[in-house]
Amino acid sequence: MDFVPENALVIMEGVTKNYDGVVALDNVDFTVSPGEAVCLVGENGSGKSTLIKILAGVEQATSGRITIGGKVYDTLSPRLSAAAGVMVIFQDFSLFPNLSVAENIAFSTQLGKNRRLFNKKHVYEIARKTLDRVGVDIDLGTIVETLPVAHKQLVAICRALASNARLIIMDEPTTALTEREVSILLDIIRRLKKDGVAVIFVSHKLAEVLEVSEKVVILRNGKKVAQGPASTFDAASLTRNMTGRDVAEASPRPIDPSAPVLLHVKDLHKEGAFENINFDLHEGEVLGVSGLLGSGRTPLAKALFGLVVPEKGMIKLGDKSIVLGDPLTAAAAGIGYVPEDRLTEGLFLTQSIVRNVSIGRLDNHQNAGLLNMKSLFRESGDWLKRLKVKTPDIGSPVTSLSGGNQQRVVLSRWLSRAPKVLILNGPSVGVDVGSKSEIHDIIHELALSGIGIIVISDDLPELLATCQRILVMKSGVITDEVSGKNITEDELARRMAS
Amino acid sequence: MNNLSPKNNMFSSPEARLAVIAIVVFITMAALSPERFLSPQNMTSMAFQFPEFAILALAMTITMLTGGIDLSVVGISNLSAVIGATILTQFAGPDIAGIEMAMWIGIAIAISISVGMLAGLFNGIIIAIFGLPPILATLGSGLVFTGLAVALTGGSAVLGLPSGVAWLGNETVFGVPVPVILFAILALGLSFLLARTSFGLKIQMYGTNPLAAQFAALDVNRLLMKVYMVSGVYSAIAGMVIMSRANSAKADYGSSYLLLAVLIAVLGGINPYGGYGRIIGVVLAVLSMQFLSSGLNMLQVSNFSRELIWGMLLIFVMIVNTQKGFKLNLGKTPQTKSGK
Repeated sequence: MDFVPENALVIMEGVTKNYDGVVALDNVDFTVSPGEAVCLVGENGSGKSTLIKILAGVEQATSGRITIGGKVYDTLSPRLSAAAGVMVIFQDFSLFPNLSVAENIAFSTQLGKNRRLFNKKHVYEIARKTLDRVGVDIDLGTIVETLPVAHKQLVAICRALASNARLIIMDEPTTALTEREVSILLDIIRRLKKDGVAVIFVSHKLAEVLEVSEKVVILRNGKKVAQGPASTFDAASLTRNMTGRDVAEASPRPIDPSAPVLLHVKDLHKEGAFENINFDLHEGEVLGVSGLLGSGRTPLAKALFGLVVPEKGMIKLGDKSIVLGDPLTAAAAGIGYVPEDRLTEGLFLTQSIVRNVSIGRLDNHQNAGLLNMKSLFRESGDWLKRLKVKTPDIGSPVTSLSGGNQQRVVLSRWLSRAPKVLILNGPSVGVDVGSKSEIHDIIHELALSGIGIIVISDDLPELLATCQRILVMKSGVITDEVSGKNITEDELARRMAS
Repeated sequence: MNNLSPKNNMFSSPEARLAVIAIVVFITMAALSPERFLSPQNMTSMAFQFPEFAILALAMTITMLTGGIDLSVVGISNLSAVIGATILTQFAGPDIAGIEMAMWIGIAIAISISVGMLAGLFNGIIIAIFGLPPILATLGSGLVFTGLAVALTGGSAVLGLPSGVAWLGNETVFGVPVPVILFAILALGLSFLLARTSFGLKIQMYGTNPLAAQFAALDVNRLLMKVYMVSGVYSAIAGMVIMSRANSAKADYGSSYLLLAVLIAVLGGINPYGGYGRIIGVVLAVLSMQFLSSGLNMLQVSNFSRELIWGMLLIFVMIVNTQKGFKLNLGKTPQTKSGK
């Protein structure tokens, strides 16, 4: 156990969490004091979101002890955590889009008091007071849906404060903010800290919030690997501790200028999602598409695969034009899509590994109405082997695999269909560090074999490690095109946010 | 049966539990009134009774595997039986015999089954293309089909069928009742379809996660339409068996079979949210229900209390099969969809 300050607000001791045999959090100690800002850093799959979920009472720790405000809790529930003053602001803010700013801010406090009647004056009073506390001015009657992202975040912060938050946990607070908005957020955090409110930032890119933080805690593969005053860390040492590696990943091989155009996208337009999208993808090229949350990168990716129907524009694969808005023809033409959310969009969770791989190839293994199980198993098994999925039995449920291996199952599914273009949306989200670089190696290999690959991501190191060219999107428009070779991470981040 | 499906503990599988239930119900009923329940007459009458609702339960099962439901099975079976019977009475009549009779019965059955298929296609279209929730879509279409049958017949039974019609529901082949043989063929067929055909695997995958099926570029609309068409065909076949046993067709025969078919599918371990289920479970559930129903009959429990018992049983089984209910009851984890 580390040194625990006497007045600590939250003390977590030896907290461990197992999911079906996978250790998500391994004997982690963690403390926060009033008025302290802590950066909780780690890559995807490091266990930082698990830690937060346990603190918020959404998940129960397998073992360990949690003390909040001097009271020891055996098990937490979302209600207990909220009552103890722990408030989480998730990336989507979980606001009621159809209610006003005032109603959103005062809603949970009003609920907590079991009031049966709605008192508009009272609600506005609470909202006004809370907004004054953070020193911002937003019209109380505005419907939240119509607010810009940064203001929604402020409303979420105010809602937490109105419910007497003593600790506010912010999940990826800067992902969707421009530079100026980030600096406003930091001012507000400083005010909160003076008020004695503690803050935990959860992120995988924290250079921005480092300056208002006292402490940094770094998780890797479920273990706490480093902890110390924020002033002793810089971007390089953070990265080193997060990845456990010093060396940068192999950078992508240069583009072959003579490679023919594979995918030609012209004037693609979808009202409210993206507009005027033009680009080419060459054979063997890895093209990145990046942008902040809500920049239109995901709708664009889905549109290329037919899951979103664009109003106008053209997609040509080779010299054949593809019907817009139909995944079946897109897939038949040779476009594959690995979705962002593996668990809900990618996998059939209770089904076996082999079924998850072979779903797109069932018709090809059917002879006179009868499935040839042997050839189906052989083909799926071969692909899993080629992608180095470690499993004793491909007949076991796909849930028995780790995140990285699950991602390879989805990749195998598409590779078995011999795609010409592969769209990877967040190829390493929720994948551990080791698997991540292996997935990047797979991407290199696939590109080498002539497949055109589009990587959609906001993970900048990932884009730089895999892509030869990166398109930057903002508010649905491609604002920038950069060569992956000649740009640094900071410069790319600046272009995305400015 | 199926080495592609995820492995699960033998004793936690719904099928193993069902086998136990079927045996317990049989023994209980046999103990309560041994001389009547175990009599050859009772055994024979049970064998002739269950196939008609068992086939409807199979029709229900295939739609439930996609996470849907077909509440129009009884409506379809009556509509197709009424149409088949009308053809027979109009063109053949009760006195027809020989080759001519066989021909007309063949034509009537072919048309009835086509009617079932079209009704299923109608369901499939309103569910897949127009995106209506299956439970409401088929509740509505079931009323439409029943209404059509009423309109065709004026609500009265269609009587005066050729004598050969009775064969399907009342005769035996090598001592086995014909409807039992028919049910066995249909159950094996469905079981084979699910385990060994691309269509069957896609049904289960779609039922597990419809969104992922879309992202995997499955032809979801065609799949759903085919599923409801199979359900319609099975319902029509059940309608033929009912017509044969009743020696007539009517718009409101077998109205208590709807609840029974849902109950059997759920009791048979078909996950009502889709994706998991085995036909052997449905067969075991059919047997349990027939034992229970015959037993209750012998104990002189009224028809109305029987429906009450079935309704309560349905709710009870669903509670036991949910994750929470299971923890409360037996402390093991059943096969259900996670994350929903």
